Amino acid sequence: MATTITMPQLGETVTEGTVAQWLKQPGDSVEKYEAFVEVSTDKVNAEVPSPVSGVIRELIVKEGETVPTGAPIAVIDDVGAAALPEPTGSSSPSEQVAAAAQRDGKNAEANRQGDDEPVPGGNVGVGGPSYSAPAAGNGAATNGASSSTAPGGVRTSPAVRRLAREHRVDLAGVRGTGDNGRITANDILAAAKAGPSAGVAATIGADNAEYVAPASSAVAPAAAPAPKRPAAKPTYSSARPGDLIPLTQARRIIAQRMVDSKHTAPHAWTMVEVDVTNVWKWRTREKDAFEQSTGVKLTLLPFFVRAVVESLAVFPLMNASFTDEGIRVHRDVNIGLAIAAGGNLVVPVLRHADQLSVRGIALAAGELIEKARGGRLGADDLAGGTFTVNNTGANGSILSAPILVPGQAGIVTTEAIVKRPVVRDDDAIAIRSMMNVCMSLDHRVIDGAIASGFLSDVKKRLEAMGPSGSL
Amino acid sequence: MAGVRAAAGAAQTQTGVTMTNVEAVRTTLHDALSRDERVLIMGEDVGARGNVFLITKGFLEEFGPQRIIDTPLAEASIVGIAIGMAMEGLRPIAEIQFADFIYPAFNQIVGEAAKTRYRSNGDYTCPLVIRTPYGGGVRGALSHSVSIEALFYHVPGLTILAPSTPADIKGLLNAAIEAPDPVLFLEHKKTYRSVKGEVPAGYYTIPIGKADVKKTGTDVSVVSFGYNLHQALDAAKRLEAEGVSAEVIDLRSIRPMDKTTILDSVRKTRKLLIIHEDNKFGGVGAEISAMVAEEALFDLDAPIRRLAGPDVPAMGYAAPLEEEFMISTEEMVQAMRELAKF
Repeated sequence: MATTITMPQLGETVTEGTVAQWLKQPGDSVEKYEAFVEVSTDKVNAEVPSPVSGVIRELIVKEGETVPTGAPIAVIDDVGAAALPEPTGSSSPSEQVAAAAQRDGKNAEANRQGDDEPVPGGNVGVGGPSYSAPAAGNGAATNGASSSTAPGGVRTSPAVRRLAREHRVDLAGVRGTGDNGRITANDILAAAKAGPSAGVAATIGADNAEYVAPASSAVAPAAAPAPKRPAAKPTYSSARPGDLIPLTQARRIIAQRMVDSKHTAPHAWTMVEVDVTNVWKWRTREKDAFEQSTGVKLTLLPFFVRAVVESLAVFPLMNASFTDEGIRVHRDVNIGLAIAAGGNLVVPVLRHADQLSVRGIALAAGELIEKARGGRLGADDLAGGTFTVNNTGANGSILSAPILVPGQAGIVTTEAIVKRPVVRDDDAIAIRSMMNVCMSLDHRVIDGAIASGFLSDVKKRLEAMGPSGSL
Repeated sequence: MAGVRAAAGAAQTQTGVTMTNVEAVRTTLHDALSRDERVLIMGEDVGARGNVFLITKGFLEEFGPQRIIDTPLAEASIVGIAIGMAMEGLRPIAEIQFADFIYPAFNQIVGEAAKTRYRSNGDYTCPLVIRTPYGGGVRGALSHSVSIEALFYHVPGLTILAPSTPADIKGLLNAAIEAPDPVLFLEHKKTYRSVKGEVPAGYYTIPIGKADVKKTGTDVSVVSFGYNLHQALDAAKRLEAEGVSAEVIDLRSIRPMDKTTILDSVRKTRKLLIIHEDNKFGGVGAEISAMVAEEALFDLDAPIRRLAGPDVPAMGYAAPLEEEFMISTEEMVQAMRELAKF
């Protein structure tokens, strides 16, 4: 049986993929689970393992080509089915004629024909020697029997498939006379008598259509040519068309998801200001030793994430999703970290962040950031987030209104830490390190009271941290 | 068993004539006793009473109490003693009055008889025949209706025969008596007097392990034995009128099983129906089905189908319960028709 391999979905948000490199060529054999293609998406580069053992029959997508997930990219002849019974060596004259006719085909089908040779060492299995007697033509035979169901979705029996293969009968062209129009073994024999050679051609045609047509219609156009500078010198009054930057997959996905989020989740927004003087002192004290021992830079992020997960435990509704069936409160606390990498936004996920110490969060986050910058994030790194933290302050922002990651009830930002004169409880004025924490929330899931309560809780916890403490 | 007293008229050795199954058993036993003085019969009521089906009527007078031995109601002893006789050179034919009573002898049959040749590394064999009437459909109820072949066919070293016609009974019973190893010889009691057929004259045997195509056909293969076989033949005959051609194979030898005949037929018709009266689960049909699936999958054009007894503990006495247990000819017609049409 031939298996059509489709573009895998590498990550839950990914909708298309680019064939970066074929690791196997037509005719190469491939083991089950052996990587045979390298696929890149906006978020992930991954080697894709073969779901079957077999021989590559055809590579449908060229290297560099981008196709939607689910689009066929290659065809592999499974070992089991590809290995038809060995010809006895004395195939009948009519078979030889038929085979020759196929070899003489003018188009690509002739090549495909060649790739249909049986795989040495394959095994039909239960057949045993008694099945080697009918010297099946190997070429079209494989095509004809490549599917266990007839085109109409009707099930075919082992006998029907074997006879169709042996007699090179295209199941699509056979009218079934069995129960519910099932194609019987006798139908195949009758069709074989009626005209086997016509069946062969039809078989190949049908098979082609099966995997080529969807691919060609689904293949995305190759990357648009780079924008050209207008040659003519513009005058002051003339209107100049802007430069068109073609959408990368990443940009297209980000755009779509942002629109989706804004369209479906009514965003509400709130903010608190947090005195991070003490936690900042703590962080500053630990920073060098931590980096020396772990190689990871200690930022405020792990302290902040720790405060967030503790508060999420108090306000579980913040760790939830709105669904049509109801509000799903997640048991797992998986914190997405919004990271700018290579001009794109990626949100790798810190799994079970509630089970990690500040130190653990720092190490895990460090690893994710490292991966993100190296373009090495895997699908698993990106899936399953339940709440998101975005360090917008890194670029100097003191206020931002983030857009929710679809499916999550909240996203918080840490803004820039600025030193400000602050009036303390005892009316003294002090210079403190202040940071705004902003939050967008899905108002379908939570109302303002809970949101404010949550954010105040985060503030309280952050302000209670340090200056001394243990990571 | 009330009502079994009737008939068994022809006590003389009859050959080359038409007779019933029970007459075939009787004449074959009689011939064996006459031919070979090592042959003896032992069992409950086989002597003075002449067997509940009158199979051995008159044998005690003719062959004497040394060779026609009435035993106590102790099946383990019947088989156990017979094993000893067989190992020491006699040719005992042990009778279990009804197959339903065979359970006490299970250890003797499975643990001793079937393993004698192996255990003694070939020094001893156990040329023992255990005859027993089996099967239902005669209002025999709980203790006179059971089929036992599946309980024993798992056991290597044991031959199980279940012929269904007078000619096969004669040939296979002769073969069983001749066989050097233990044979469980099953006689369907509903066929005893309902089935008649011509029996060739003279001594002959039918090879053990050979099935018999009782009717040839092209559309569906039917494998059966015992009383069901005759129903299957009736069903196939009725279907001829509809243009459905069924091939009916009489398994005859349950173990060893004739794979070749079954596979040849299935490869021709591409469809297989297995019919037996014994419970479906783990029955003989399961083994045939597995064998065909292993060896002829790519010849099958329809799922293998089994008609078999329901998985209930026993056949009831009440007529509706018995009917429910037994497979009707109509069901067979229907199953064959559906398979042919599939």
